[in-house]
Amino acid sequence: MTLTLSEPLFNALLAVVKILFVWAMTLAALLPNLIWAERRVSGLIQDRPGPNRVGPLGLFQAVADVLKLMMKEDVVPLYVDKVLFTLAPLITLTPALVTFAVIPFGSSIPITWNGAVRDVPLVIADVNVGILYIFALTSLAVYGIVLAGWSSNDKYSLLGGVRASAQIISYELAMGFSAAGVFIAAGSLRLPAVVEWQHAHLWNVVPQFLGFVVFAVAIFAETNRIPFDLSEAEAELVAGYHTEYSSFRFAMFFMGEYANLIAASAVVTTLYFGGWSLPGVAFTGLWGGLASIAVFAVKTAAFIFLFLWVRWTLPRFRYDQLMELGWKVFLPLSFFHLIAVAAFVAASGR
Amino acid sequence: MESYLPILYFAAVGAVFPIAILVVMALVRPKRPNPAKLAPYECGVAAPTDAWDHRFSVRYYLIAVLFVVFDVETVFLFPWAVVYDKLLLFGFVEMAVFLYILVLGYVYVWKRGALSWA
Amino acid sequence: MSTTTPSPTLAFAPLLERKFGEKAAPEARPAADVPTIAVDASALHDVALFLRDDPSARFDLFLDLAAVDRLKLAGPASYRAGERFAANYLLYSTERNEHLRVRTTAPAADPKLPTLTDVWWGANWFEREAWDLMGITFEGHPNLKRLLTHNGFVGHALRKDYEAGQRWLCTEEDVLQTDLAAQTETPEDVFETLTLNFGPSHPSTHGTLRVVMRCDGETIVAAESECGYLHRCFEKMSETHTYQQVIPYTDRLNYCSPMINGSGYARAVESMLGVEIPERARAVRTVLAEFSRLMDHMVCLGANLVDIGALTNFWYAFQAREEIYSLLEACCGARLTSSYARIGGLSNDVPENFVEWCRRLVKLCHNQIREVDGLITKNRIAQKRFRDTGVVTKEQALAWGFTGPCLRASGVAYDVRKDAPYDWYDRVDFDVPIATEGDNFARYLVRMEEMRQSLRIVEQVVAKLPNGPVNSDDYRVVLPPKEMVYNEMEGLIYHFKVVFEGIPVPAGEIYSYTEGANGELGYHIVSDGTGRPYRVKVRPPCFPLFASFEKIIRGGMVSDAVATLGTLNIIAGELDR
Repeated sequence: MTLTLSEPLFNALLAVVKILFVWAMTLAALLPNLIWAERRVSGLIQDRPGPNRVGPLGLFQAVADVLKLMMKEDVVPLYVDKVLFTLAPLITLTPALVTFAVIPFGSSIPITWNGAVRDVPLVIADVNVGILYIFALTSLAVYGIVLAGWSSNDKYSLLGGVRASAQIISYELAMGFSAAGVFIAAGSLRLPAVVEWQHAHLWNVVPQFLGFVVFAVAIFAETNRIPFDLSEAEAELVAGYHTEYSSFRFAMFFMGEYANLIAASAVVTTLYFGGWSLPGVAFTGLWGGLASIAVFAVKTAAFIFLFLWVRWTLPRFRYDQLMELGWKVFLPLSFFHLIAVAAFVAASGR
Repeated sequence: MESYLPILYFAAVGAVFPIAILVVMALVRPKRPNPAKLAPYECGVAAPTDAWDHRFSVRYYLIAVLFVVFDVETVFLFPWAVVYDKLLLFGFVEMAVFLYILVLGYVYVWKRGALSWA
Repeated sequence: MSTTTPSPTLAFAPLLERKFGEKAAPEARPAADVPTIAVDASALHDVALFLRDDPSARFDLFLDLAAVDRLKLAGPASYRAGERFAANYLLYSTERNEHLRVRTTAPAADPKLPTLTDVWWGANWFEREAWDLMGITFEGHPNLKRLLTHNGFVGHALRKDYEAGQRWLCTEEDVLQTDLAAQTETPEDVFETLTLNFGPSHPSTHGTLRVVMRCDGETIVAAESECGYLHRCFEKMSETHTYQQVIPYTDRLNYCSPMINGSGYARAVESMLGVEIPERARAVRTVLAEFSRLMDHMVCLGANLVDIGALTNFWYAFQAREEIYSLLEACCGARLTSSYARIGGLSNDVPENFVEWCRRLVKLCHNQIREVDGLITKNRIAQKRFRDTGVVTKEQALAWGFTGPCLRASGVAYDVRKDAPYDWYDRVDFDVPIATEGDNFARYLVRMEEMRQSLRIVEQVVAKLPNGPVNSDDYRVVLPPKEMVYNEMEGLIYHFKVVFEGIPVPAGEIYSYTEGANGELGYHIVSDGTGRPYRVKVRPPCFPLFASFEKIIRGGMVSDAVATLGTLNIIAGELDR
């Protein structure tokens, strides 16, 4: 007996499978390993072993950490705004997880259905607004931080919150302007189209190097990591916006930060480093599809490593220096880059 | 709109997952509050004022206003970027004028010192 | 005490006599002590101005105020009435490289002295301390309130008639924030600005101290600092312990470089006794003091860089520190609180492989310094954070009583090791790095270079480390060796006397100073001829640094305050004692 499924049901099933796959990748595999990797990499950089006791090579350290955080007492101070205090970590974590929906994590995989072979693209939602969706979500994450800072009714949290909001929106401008260059080239906001364009022509990092630099720095700022971790800046603001958070609520910010890190690396890979593609290699068929996933994963991991490396190397900016850098250096640079790309395309007729 | 459906599933799971953990784990978590634990953190002294008692500096607000202005411009840029290969020279000139006005405003803001923090 | 000689000729003495007559007269002092003039309280302020401004005096640096309660000190009856309290002001002239003690007295009933805060701002906290612990009122002082004890405290703890062991309830009355609110011009300001409380339990205070700042946005418009959370009554405890027993307490002053404190204290007592310690002990003290200085700077820089977000340097710096601790452990058995120095030498000899160990450490330290140097010195973010922040000009540094790396970073080349060499410092070749900017970056650079110079000193001393005993053979001071105690009657008696009666330090007074990691570390010791010190007053180098902290950070940003607190290297153990 053959199983027959209606078209919408099949699509929904496909989506669920893809979501589960991405979740397995990010939540079950990448996120804990990333926390472990961060600590091992920092150990490597700092001339010390890092966690090596829980499980082989200390691999279960992150699991143990998250379990511990789940079991800890959840302290909600008396004077906080309870609703927003509860909502804030959710607003940080959920968008960070959902960002992956539009990122193509591989080429496509052939699946036989109703006798016909169809290529299933390896992206959860191929929406035509693509990058706008990502920008929208990253902006949402700011709300989480700001609300956490404000609702805590704690001065360090408040300062952390306002710092984060001003910082993230400032760098978002440079990010937007520099990314526009990529879409001029690809002629679409869809991320799969961007990857395909790069597959057919050239990785964007080569012709749009300036844009890449601005975008990468801006995305560092968006992820709130050193040298841009001013909203936490433990030496100044104790723990910044999450000073009052404990237990799993704190873990949500923590996981949100790492999920953002993965997402940011994936976005940079997609926009500037050809996503799942390799120059001159055609990824077709089942094995091709799986290989493209591997290529994408390796590129993303390389970026994640860069993120970790930078964090353990550079000092932190001062607040005013950060703002001046954003508004007076990166914003004009991204203007310039955009005009240069547009001029080049107009002149070359393509 | 159908292409957005998976996002909806995704968001739903993304929201349900942490909430579920919060709720389930509340059953096993200890809860032993005391007044010191429930006080806002103030480096070990009793806080004389709430954070909500103060206004925060107007400079943060200024940045937010500037952001809104410039961010609206970026939104205009994206559709232009997508169809740019069809507009070409016309699109370039059009956008050059648009950006010129934008840069004028930017220079004005800079000269007025709105971008300097201190 | 050795021979009493008249003070070395004070260049300004004739002029002083002409101007003030009997009210300010030089005193005869032992050669080991600093020259002293006794000044009548009524003329104190004028004499102070004279000493600061007259070209023949130019005492531009206020070092310390050591108040002594002479109630139980053998002497004239006036010690119990009109001249009960002695206030010893220690001054230094950077121009002529001279120390001077100005002594004045205050009566038992309602002791009052004019404030010198307007002459040297650095006197500010020292006068507060004297008021707090000794009960001497300083008339005209801008902010005379409790500093080391809390507001619920009754009485003045260092007075001889204050009974130790009393308990006073510390209430949570917050004077600091009220005071800060009083500094605002309009009530509107309180609402418009954010009062931010740093400490006592804050990640960047590295110890328990407190700063309250009022910020407009992130710019600090007013600030006030407070210490005393770690007050362990070092000075009061010293009075009830024998001279030897005080040594472990000195470890807890600046716990980052305990060896320097211990040998500084031992040196002070040795000078009072007139005991010469063997060359080997001197050499080892020099080596370990330099390693301690290096550790201190490593801790300072490592923690400071963490505060500005450069996390990794902490491990590079602490690696060297851990290795040095291992050397200390091999020498004396303890890592942090070494208690290695003894009056008359050291507790025991160094391990056999000391020289090779030191050489290996020198190599390692050079390597670790290079790592930090490579990551930070030319890093643009670090430069932006450090340059032009926390600026202290040369004039300010002098007026505020800075010494050590912080003073040298502001352009004054005062280093006790060069200007009044002790131990082996006159036999080694080293440079005193100075910078002129006086900002955080200058302090960072000065510390970096000082570490290299310390390694230079270690290399030179180790190369000619003499053999021989590490303790003096004066058994009035040093415990005799065990074989002697068990086999000879005399040995047993010496042992008995040193243990039970302590070391009989002749009656007298001394101000002895060495170069601590943070600046001039002075011990002002008064002996009444018994085995226990009558009064020990430490001049903690951090004290004036932290006193002026609130002035330095004003107008800067919160992040600058954190960076500045780190480069000043405030160590609460030393601050509070």
